[in-house]
Amino acid sequence: MNTIYLDNNATTQVAEDVLEAMLPYFRELYGNPSSMHSFGGQVGQKIRIAREQVAALLGALPEEIIFTSCGTESDNAAIRSALATRPDKKHIITSRVEHPAIHALCAQLATQGYRITELPVDKNGLLDLENLEKNLTPDTAVVSLMWGNNETGVIFPVEKAAQMAHEKGVLFHTDAVQSAGKIPINMKNNVIDMLSISGHKLHAPKGIGILYVRRGTRFSPFLIGGHQEKGRRGGTENTPSIIGLGKACELADKNMQKENTEVKRLRDKLEKELLKRIPQSRVNGDTVNRLPNTTNISFEYVEGEAILLLMNELGICASSGSACTSGSLQPSHVLRAMGVPFTMAHGSIRFSLSIYNTEKEIDFVIDKMPAIIERLRGMSPYWNTAQSSCASK
Amino acid sequence: MWEYTDKVKEHFLNPRNVGEIENPDGVAEVGSLACGDALKLTFKLDENKRIKDAKFKTFGCASAIASSSALTEMIKGMTVEEALKVTNQDIAGYLGGLPDEKMHCSVMGKQALEKAVENYRGAPPLEAGARIICECFGVTDKEIERAVRENNLSTVEDVTNYTKAGGGCGNCHDAIQQIIDQVRSEPKTDTKPKLTNIQKIRLIEETIEREIRPSLKHDGGDIEIIDIIGNRVIVATRGACSTCKASDITLKHFVEHRLKELVSPDIVVEEVAK
Repeated sequence: MNTIYLDNNATTQVAEDVLEAMLPYFRELYGNPSSMHSFGGQVGQKIRIAREQVAALLGALPEEIIFTSCGTESDNAAIRSALATRPDKKHIITSRVEHPAIHALCAQLATQGYRITELPVDKNGLLDLENLEKNLTPDTAVVSLMWGNNETGVIFPVEKAAQMAHEKGVLFHTDAVQSAGKIPINMKNNVIDMLSISGHKLHAPKGIGILYVRRGTRFSPFLIGGHQEKGRRGGTENTPSIIGLGKACELADKNMQKENTEVKRLRDKLEKELLKRIPQSRVNGDTVNRLPNTTNISFEYVEGEAILLLMNELGICASSGSACTSGSLQPSHVLRAMGVPFTMAHGSIRFSLSIYNTEKEIDFVIDKMPAIIERLRGMSPYWNTAQSSCASK
Repeated sequence: MWEYTDKVKEHFLNPRNVGEIENPDGVAEVGSLACGDALKLTFKLDENKRIKDAKFKTFGCASAIASSSALTEMIKGMTVEEALKVTNQDIAGYLGGLPDEKMHCSVMGKQALEKAVENYRGAPPLEAGARIICECFGVTDKEIERAVRENNLSTVEDVTNYTKAGGGCGNCHDAIQQIIDQVRSEPKTDTKPKLTNIQKIRLIEETIEREIRPSLKHDGGDIEIIDIIGNRVIVATRGACSTCKASDITLKHFVEHRLKELVSPDIVVEEVAK
């Protein structure tokens, strides 16, 4: 059975060129970049190039890039650094739809004397910037808002938000894990202080991330140890993955156009056809301010986990915001924050594409989904009632 | 991804008895769209008052659908009295087990069955004297009591996994804890034959030797029985266990758990003062 992978916001396949670039660093080039001998030192040279490649994707300076182990580490490092360098300030502003790396960290900080403001979103998952303005206080240390939402793909106006934070002297961090490589990012055109990226969302391997820290921003390290990353992140460099991430960023830059034309076209086709062919379905989240690869669709009267498992039988991979998939009893916090009714949230499916998806795959999914939903609706005690009430309207 | 048994998968992919019986003898609907799973159960009796046919319609995850399918298969041919003896554990057992977080799916099957039988008998739908404890999911004290008793639950989290109670706003956690405390303080009507003290001590020794020590030794640790006073088993940790910070977790969650399961639910394991 062929796998049709439409779960690229969860993780992506490592690009062939990325893997090729990495392999020598497992084999012959295994030296420690910190070593005095040239056997290790030559690896240090390659890390410098990788740092430049990452910086190029972001319109950043190489020295503004700190390699970390993942997006979660980058998020944690950013928030903790902001608090450590501004020890008198006890207020953090974030949103209700952040990734757990920010959400759970803030929940923990709330138990340690910090005041957390979670900005609400509207029914389309959009942020009201006036609300941010109102909540900025002299006690606010940092604002952290995600650039693109992992579940809905909704894009926040982080560049404007960073401007507003700066006007009040507040640091600004963004989790750009989902947006890097999908939409253009140019740090020269904004005032964002810190930004997190994860390698495995853009065809680099798992276990590598970066934290961008703008030149001149005070930084307090999260991992204390050796002098690596200029003392900003201790720990021997994950050289193969750093090389891989550099290559992946170079490829992402090249594929940016394709992501926003071809991938977007396939996403739009999938969305349009599913909505057309499956009654009582709808898109969650704003469809204008959205990543080009993501669509989150709710199919009413059926439950997400059951949908995913039937898709799985056909080799189609996606995700759901239903309660049952997470093991909690409440559906996704993102959909709840948007006020999506529970009845809709339980039947939500997130499709996230990549440049490796083909038209044929999308056509297959469009062809198979209606029968899956119909089959589950046929078992649902609500479907008949819902249909007859619709007919009588 | 959930670890479902092949039986769960099979009943999810090929559910038996989907649908609704016309003019059923008993009918019940439990759960709701809001809480993520719901089940409508209908059954029909034959001339000998045995369940001739049972059908379900379920909105929910794979385990909810599989549990419904299993339930309808299990009760066919039973009298309603026999059917009422089917517990949620039986449903889960029929499916080769369910993940802990999914046990509420089997409880939903049990609830639907009880309500459908009540409907058949013309009894009032709400259990006499029952009061809602969890407002979010509409779970009553009687339901929680029963789940605690039948599954030997000890924490609020367990109760949430089995009944959903407490999984929403969390306001009822204290009330659930009170029910757990109350049920667990009831004198046990144990079905296992009562052991003499000598038999119990021997069984504890055997269980530790056979079921527990090999795993501990595998990690370079060991325990030694110092004393057994009533149901208190006093042990000393040896080897890697004696310096391990997590050893009290091992004692409670592994050693005590196994002894409770295999010797007596009243066993308490304590570590001798170091």
